[in-house]
Amino acid sequence: MENNNNIPIDDLTEEFVVNIGPQHPSTHGVLRLQATLDGETIKDLLPVLGYIHRGIEKMTESLGYKQSIYLTSRMDYLSAHINNQACSLAIEKGMQIEVPERAKAIRIIMAELQRLTSHELWWGSCAMDLGAVTPFFLAFRDRERILDIFEGNTGNRLTMNYITPGGVMFDVLPNFASSIKELLVKVKEHLKEYEELITGNVIFQHRLKGVGILPRELAISMGCTGPVARASGISCDVRKYHPYDGYDKLDFKEIVIDGCDSWARYKVRMEEMKQSIHIIEQLIHNIPEGEFRAKVKGVIKLPVGEYYQRVETARGELGVYIVSDGGNKPYRMKFRAASFSNLGALKPITVGAKIGDLMASMATIDLVIPDIDR
Amino acid sequence: MTKEELKTYLVQIFPSNKVDETFDFPLMFVDKSELLSVAQKLKDSPETQFDFLFCQTAVDRIPNLEVVYHLSSINFKHDMVLKVVLEDRETPEVPSVYSFWKAAELYEDEIFDMFGIRFSNHPNLRRIMLGDEWPGFPLRKDYKDDINIVSL
Amino acid sequence: MDVNKDFIPDFPGDIYKDDTGKTNFIVTSVDSIANWARSNSLWPLSFGTSCCAIELMSTVSAKYDWSRFGFEVMRASPRQCDLIIVAGTITYKMAPVLKRLYNQMPEPRYVIAMGACAISGGPFFYNSYSVVKGVDNIIPVDVYIPGCPPRPEALIHGMMTLQNKIKNSKAYVIENPKKEENE
Repeated sequence: MENNNNIPIDDLTEEFVVNIGPQHPSTHGVLRLQATLDGETIKDLLPVLGYIHRGIEKMTESLGYKQSIYLTSRMDYLSAHINNQACSLAIEKGMQIEVPERAKAIRIIMAELQRLTSHELWWGSCAMDLGAVTPFFLAFRDRERILDIFEGNTGNRLTMNYITPGGVMFDVLPNFASSIKELLVKVKEHLKEYEELITGNVIFQHRLKGVGILPRELAISMGCTGPVARASGISCDVRKYHPYDGYDKLDFKEIVIDGCDSWARYKVRMEEMKQSIHIIEQLIHNIPEGEFRAKVKGVIKLPVGEYYQRVETARGELGVYIVSDGGNKPYRMKFRAASFSNLGALKPITVGAKIGDLMASMATIDLVIPDIDR
Repeated sequence: MTKEELKTYLVQIFPSNKVDETFDFPLMFVDKSELLSVAQKLKDSPETQFDFLFCQTAVDRIPNLEVVYHLSSINFKHDMVLKVVLEDRETPEVPSVYSFWKAAELYEDEIFDMFGIRFSNHPNLRRIMLGDEWPGFPLRKDYKDDINIVSL
Repeated sequence: MDVNKDFIPDFPGDIYKDDTGKTNFIVTSVDSIANWARSNSLWPLSFGTSCCAIELMSTVSAKYDWSRFGFEVMRASPRQCDLIIVAGTITYKMAPVLKRLYNQMPEPRYVIAMGACAISGGPFFYNSYSVVKGVDNIIPVDVYIPGCPPRPEALIHGMMTLQNKIKNSKAYVIENPKKEENE
């Protein structure tokens, strides 16, 4: 455009609104971001949710407690075991059920394996969002091996419903420990490969360092938890401060980095994968003998009151808040989803940046949209 | 502070409010006109430092509506619950705590969408999940939908 | 062009018919070659809303590779693909988006409904106020794949069923001519 009248260059351009989503080639889900753009710089960002809102909280008011656990696998489907664990722990808290030691060990092993699969898929799709397609196939290689173990022991690959109030649903196969030991050897080898391929790569370092800075006070105010908060210097791992199911007897480090940018969030998750392997190795050599499930009545009724249970999923803190009126159906069951508050942090860290930086920030915050919409 | 210590502290500092407990946390009932001053005190006082709002929701106890706030502290790692009871079901309104905890922005949008409770001084209150044309508020107990909900 | 109106073509085989009303062997050979070509290179649209999308991604990756069947590229734009695999729950808010995507696809286009949620609403059939009870209320479906979520092998079986359906379809061939009124 010719500038004949010496108009300042900013008045020649105008802002326009672009919808990013709900159908888009990234793998996070159906999220629509209404972005107001000036050239390639983002001026404003408005997330529009509700494209996968299935009314799970209303459904739990008409189903019993055992049936509601079946629905929790489908909320954040990449941490399905951990969601079931949260709901079961809340019910056990209310009914004062004591879980046997064998069941606690199996629950922790399944939860940490689930965390490994979730971080592997995050790594693959993070690299794919930034343009590289090969890491996607490499990540699924490890994930398929772990899913074979899940399928042999629980029956399903994605929505397992294995962890129930009282313990676990069935006993594990006799080759459980040996198959996991073989698997961990291969996973450790592959993690070294991943460090060389992406972490040591100059292009990814330039794309992620200094991008999407989330200061510590803003992260506390927005209610961020999980790797997003730990990358801003906040120490908030639920497994350390409110331990459940025997985590207090295990030795593992909580990874807290002070970087506040996308690179720090990336490093936190890569180190968490190594800590998960360390936890599994402590338990796999001697799983205690005994029962795999405590006796639970057929129809579950919680006493009158309010119960809150928190667990650490792969994305952050999941809270289950049950309000019970003594009947066999919950009066109100609310799920405090980890990705819901992390989504609120997306707008302040991307306003003023370019679209490429928006993709890098969204990839490292690791949102799963059905968890937000429930 | 542990749960018992926190309960005695709250009874001391706020003598006119009812203090109770749930299974895990101490609980305090607050009137909606003094919600903002109580929130300011809880956030700024050096003994409690409640700077982390980790859950905000609403419960429909017929005939009242209740707004429930779960607060926590990053330094001390203790938690408590605040509740505001609303008697008006036609046009319920509560002041927004967005100025203290920015997490309230999305939580209050969701409560407005599901229950119909309005929040004053909220930056951009909108029906975030269902859209503006949805009739009724689904999570209330008197929500009727004979076409879609096939009750068992 | 109005994207909301459904496109109904006139049957093209009429211009090739001979005295008896049937089409001759050149048309049938061309038809079978066209069907063979179409069925072996279907390009799907990347459309996954919830949990079934993860099993779709597992089918794409190296263990259950689907590109050996011809589904080589997963396109992002509906104008460049001819198959839409609806993987996941469809809600009332998402339904107009799905209909618009379907209308933007060029003919011939096919639909696979993957998973219990797309077939009939799935676990959300009772007691949910915002789920569409079955995606065939919105767009016409060719193949249904049950499961929650269906295994990658089940998805591949569904895709091979669709390939057989395309190979047996007749676009230009007339085998049973309609009787004229004065016969």
